[in-house]
Amino acid sequence: MKILTALWLVLISGCGDLGISHFEEKSYPDKLSDWGLITHSNHRLILHPEAVVYELNTPLFSDYSQKLRTIYIPEGGVIAYRAEESFGFPVGSVISKTFFYPKDANGAVLVKSSWSGNPQDINTQRYKLIETRLLVKQEKGWDALPYIWSGEDAYLSETGALKILYLPSGDRINYLVPSKNQCASCHATHYTEARILPIGIKFRHLNRADPVYGINQIKYWRDRGMLKGERMYQAANLEPTAQDFSLDHQARSYLDINCGHCHNPNGSADTSALLLDYSDQYTPRQIGVCKPPIAAGQGSGGFLYSIVPGKADESILSYRLHSVEPAVMMPEIGRSLVHREGVALVDRWINSLSGKCL
Amino acid sequence: MKSSALFQNRRMPGFLFYAMLVGCSPHSDPEYTDILRAELEGAEPGDIIEIPVGTFNFKRSLVLSADNVTIRGAGMDKSILSFKDQMVGAEGLLVHANHFLIENLAIEDAVGDALKINDGEHITVRGVRTEWTNGPDTKNGAYGIYPVQTSNVLLEGNVAIAASDAGIYVGQSRQVVIRNNRVEKNVAGIEVENTIGADVYNNIAINNTGGILVFNMPDISHDGYATRVFDNQVHNNNIENFALPGSAVSGIPSGSGIVVNSTDQVEIFSNRISNNNTANIIISSYFSANYAGQREVSREFDPYPEDIMIYGNFFEGGGSAPGVEYLAQLRDALFGKEGSFPDIIWDGIVSPEREVNYSVICVDNEGAEVLSIDAGNGFANAGIDMSKHRCDIVKLSAIELARR
Repeated sequence: MKILTALWLVLISGCGDLGISHFEEKSYPDKLSDWGLITHSNHRLILHPEAVVYELNTPLFSDYSQKLRTIYIPEGGVIAYRAEESFGFPVGSVISKTFFYPKDANGAVLVKSSWSGNPQDINTQRYKLIETRLLVKQEKGWDALPYIWSGEDAYLSETGALKILYLPSGDRINYLVPSKNQCASCHATHYTEARILPIGIKFRHLNRADPVYGINQIKYWRDRGMLKGERMYQAANLEPTAQDFSLDHQARSYLDINCGHCHNPNGSADTSALLLDYSDQYTPRQIGVCKPPIAAGQGSGGFLYSIVPGKADESILSYRLHSVEPAVMMPEIGRSLVHREGVALVDRWINSLSGKCL
Repeated sequence: MKSSALFQNRRMPGFLFYAMLVGCSPHSDPEYTDILRAELEGAEPGDIIEIPVGTFNFKRSLVLSADNVTIRGAGMDKSILSFKDQMVGAEGLLVHANHFLIENLAIEDAVGDALKINDGEHITVRGVRTEWTNGPDTKNGAYGIYPVQTSNVLLEGNVAIAASDAGIYVGQSRQVVIRNNRVEKNVAGIEVENTIGADVYNNIAINNTGGILVFNMPDISHDGYATRVFDNQVHNNNIENFALPGSAVSGIPSGSGIVVNSTDQVEIFSNRISNNNTANIIISSYFSANYAGQREVSREFDPYPEDIMIYGNFFEGGGSAPGVEYLAQLRDALFGKEGSFPDIIWDGIVSPEREVNYSVICVDNEGAEVLSIDAGNGFANAGIDMSKHRCDIVKLSAIELARR
């Protein structure tokens, strides 16, 4: 029993001494704690000391949940820098993302949070843990594993789950913990190759201060010897609130992280011919300007073009971001609320565009 | 055959998950919906997933991504996957896999597409029913059976009812056979879009807005060509168009039998086509498809249908009540209010780069005539001139599917 052996090793040697456990594909542990990466006790999340917390310039919207992100690479391993693509990771690496919400005295979840970004500030008397997703690097590539929190631990659930969360108003969040195959539907950014890749681990998303020490993450990873071959010349994607960059840059950054994993030239949504990953090589029509839909179904809302310059309220892109109907909304999964701030940004951008669709 | 992968001790984590899912009681059985989901998520090449008799209600999309998997029900009226309670996901069953076979089951009332197969080779869909049980409604999902970016595809013996776009829709694919299906009460019965090499035969398309469509759309990586439509029954496709405005098929006039739009090399023969009230066959360029943005076609896109061959079809009735106003007025002007269009109407728009006498549509079909409506010149020279359609084109060869 590999699982028990691994667990036993962790127990006798103590997490700090041993690296994070590595499991083969057929023997992933049922409990998250068996990895030794994230454990929960006395209302605190405890990270393995070798796990490095990171943050993205523009995060994917996930129903206003907070996200604790970590990477771990095995002793002696190095991350390979790539300018545009996801960085390369050695076998045995584990990337984690833990989703949680602040909660009120009645247990209702809150969409506004004052969390510092530091894992030490996650007190589970005040925060409700939902799920932890792992990306595990094996010889054959990445595996995606959803773990759902219940009490002191989180449990592997290949099939995902639909969790109903309540807001203080009594409104519901139909929170989807994605199944293993649904993980792949976003993370197989090259759909035909069907290889799972990290989405956020790209230079343009990571070039910013880390949430714990306030040091530039790329510098920090390099100084720790974790990252090799980096260049520091590129512009970063931006937080939606950044005022000192162009509206175009902000909106394209938002669409990049929220849409670009499918809407790229090799992604699952290349069938639509709408390309929303961040590239300056695309024509206006490729990013949706005056582009009619191909097979949008209910998603068109009766509108004619993805983007009508100057008219967000006639643009399919905006319509789908404003919707929470499963057959209409974009992204197709991963949210049941409207991201008001993000949609406002995209609408401002569309309204700022000039031109006319013939 | 396996009744459930779950109890075969192949993947222990899955088993443990069930124990949790059902509340850790060894006595409570997991719901079948959870068993099926686990079988799909944990599927490995070679698996045969059997769906028992019954109606099973899902709140979330199902997803399969393992190659060489068979999903088999007990019959299209016996094993029913119902999505009428669906809360999450844009389709009923989403498949991203090669060597996929699904047969003998039904997928009902999906919020979006019923069965979407995105990106795969060697796909077979056989004896599957996709249906919106409330009948035609703009709010129904767009597509029933929807392979896109696939190759070597066999769709046979299926039934597709009440899709708000197309009952059977093959998009951006290669080497496709669509045969022995029945499509009814959809906006488009069968639609072949941007596909290279398709044989569409022995199908029954009745009571749709348009029976069988062969289309090309712009912005896509390749234009489609080489489709044969033969031995089909295409009757009474006269229901009101209930597609959402702006969608590709929203411009299809009610009463369209077989429609070719912007596609080259289409052979239409030996069909029985009757009582389609706009016309039994419509051939049109992109400029008549009533799409948005049609004036902004990229240079790579060929908007003109060419090398269309029509022969040996049996026509009856049709053309007596055109489904759009401008065609009704044209019918009145040319044939009188009691008159009818001939069996084939054509928008008459040809590539300006072609020589004048180039034959776009070749017809060798006893009694059948082609009306050019001359849509490019405000219908000024609308009329019938069969001398333009006496021509011959090398016939297309049959599609041979690769199967291992």
